[in-house]
Amino acid sequence: MLIDWFTVGAQALNFLILVWLLKRFLYQPVLNAISVREQRIGMQLADAASKQAAATKERDEFERNNREFDAQRAALLAQASEQARAEHQRLLEQAHKDAEALRLRLADLLRSEQQLLSAEVARRTRDQVLAIARKVLADLATASLEDSMARVFVERIRALSGADRKLLTSATEAAAGALVVRSAFELPAQQRTAIEQALSEIGASVSRLNYETVPGLISGLELHASGRKLAWSVADYLGALEKSVGDILGSASTPAAAAPASGASQ
Amino acid sequence: MHLSPDQLVFWQHGPLKLNATIAFTWGLMLILAVGSKLITRTLSLGPERSRWQDLLEIIVTGIEQQIEAVGLSRPRKYLPFLGTLFLFLATAALCTIIPGYEPPTASLSTTAALALCVLVAVPLFGILEQGLGSYLASYLKPTFIMLPFNIISEFSRTLALAVRLFGNMMSGSMIVAILLTITPFIFPLVMTLLGLLTGIVQAYIFSILAAVYIAAATRASELEQERGPAPAP
Repeated sequence: MLIDWFTVGAQALNFLILVWLLKRFLYQPVLNAISVREQRIGMQLADAASKQAAATKERDEFERNNREFDAQRAALLAQASEQARAEHQRLLEQAHKDAEALRLRLADLLRSEQQLLSAEVARRTRDQVLAIARKVLADLATASLEDSMARVFVERIRALSGADRKLLTSATEAAAGALVVRSAFELPAQQRTAIEQALSEIGASVSRLNYETVPGLISGLELHASGRKLAWSVADYLGALEKSVGDILGSASTPAAAAPASGASQ
Repeated sequence: MHLSPDQLVFWQHGPLKLNATIAFTWGLMLILAVGSKLITRTLSLGPERSRWQDLLEIIVTGIEQQIEAVGLSRPRKYLPFLGTLFLFLATAALCTIIPGYEPPTASLSTTAALALCVLVAVPLFGILEQGLGSYLASYLKPTFIMLPFNIISEFSRTLALAVRLFGNMMSGSMIVAILLTITPFIFPLVMTLLGLLTGIVQAYIFSILAAVYIAAATRASELEQERGPAPAP
C-alpha cells in the first residue's frame, strides 16, 4: 500500500502548521517591511515633489524679482543719464551765459576804459593844444591880429544869410534884447565903429550895443542878441580840432573793442 | 530498496509511528521556519537591506506576482497557502542534493495530503469569496446535469495532483538509485541535476494548478467557460 493514512493526516497537519509558521515568520514581516518602505518612498517622493514645486516657485519668484530689478535699474539709469545730460547742458549754458556776461562786462570795462583814456587823451591834447595856442596867440596878440579878427568878424556879419539877418534884426528890435559884443580884449574905437557899421548895414539897431571883455574868449569875438550868438574865436577852431581828435580816437578803439567780443562768442 | 520513505519507520507505537516522510518533513519545516525567523528578525525598513532580506523579498513578491498573474486579484489573501505549497515542494526537491535525504514528496501519502489540502482549500476559498449558495450553484452550471461531472472533476483533479507530484518525485529518486547500481559515475549526477529541475518545475506546477483551481472557484462566473478540461502537463 503506497498510501499510509496516518502519514497522510500527519503531513496535512504538518503542512497546515508550516502555513501558519511561514505566515507568522515570513510573509507578514516581509510584506509589512515592503509596505512600510513603499510608504516611506512614496512620502519621500511626495516630499521631494512638494520641495521641487516650492523650489520652482521660489525660482520663478526670484527670476521675476530679478527682471523687475533689472527694469528698475535700467529705468533709474536712463533717468539719471537724462538728468546728468540736462544738468550738463544747463551748466554748459550757464557757463556760456556767465562767459558772455563776463565778456560783455570786460568789453564794457574796456570800452569805458578806452573812453576814459580817449577822454583823458583828448582832454590833455586839447589842454596842451589850447595851452600852446593860448601861449602862441597871447604871444602873437598884437593890434594887427586883433584888427584882423575884428575884420573877419565884420565880414561874417555881412555874410549872414537872409534868415539869420532877419533873426538878428528881430532880436535887436525886441525891447528886452540888447546886443552884446564880447571880446577877449578891449576893442578899439575903430573896430567898434566897423562892427556897428556892419550891423547897421544888415539892418540891426545898434542903439543898445554894449561891449564886454571876457578873457576866456581866446582871440575871438562874440555877438549875443536875445540868446542868439554869432561868434568867431580861436576856441571854435580848437573845439573843432578836439572833435576831430575825438573822432579819430573813437574810430581807432572800435575794432579793438569788437575783437574780444568775437573771441568770446566762440 | 524501498519505494516510499513511508516504509522507513523509525519509531512506532500502535497506530502512531514516526517514519522518514514525517521526519524529513519536520526537518524541512524547521529549516523554513527557523530560516525565515532568523532573516526577518532583523528586517530593514530603509533602502539599505541585507542580501538575505532581498532574497526573501524577491521570493515573496515573485510568488505574489505569480498568484496575481493567474487571476486572483487579491494575492495576499492566498499567499500563505499557495506560497507555502511552493516553498515546501521546492525545498523538498532542492534538498535531494543532500546525501541520505529522502524527499517527503516522494511519498504518495505526502502528495495525497497536499492534494487533500487543495481539495479542501478550493471550496473553502470559493465559499469565503462568493458565499455558500453561490459557490454550490456553480456546480450546477451550465446545467444541473453537469453536477456529477463537476463533482467527479473535483476529485479527479485532486487525484491527478497527488499522483503527478508523487510520480515525478518518486521516479527521480528511484532513477538515481537504480542508476547508481548500474553506472556509479557521472550519469547519476546528471540525473540528479535533471531531478532538481524536475522537482522545481513540479513544485511550480502544483502551486500554479492549486492557484488556478482556487481562481476558478472564486471567480466561477467568469471562468466557467475555461474550466472544461483540467490542465494536465
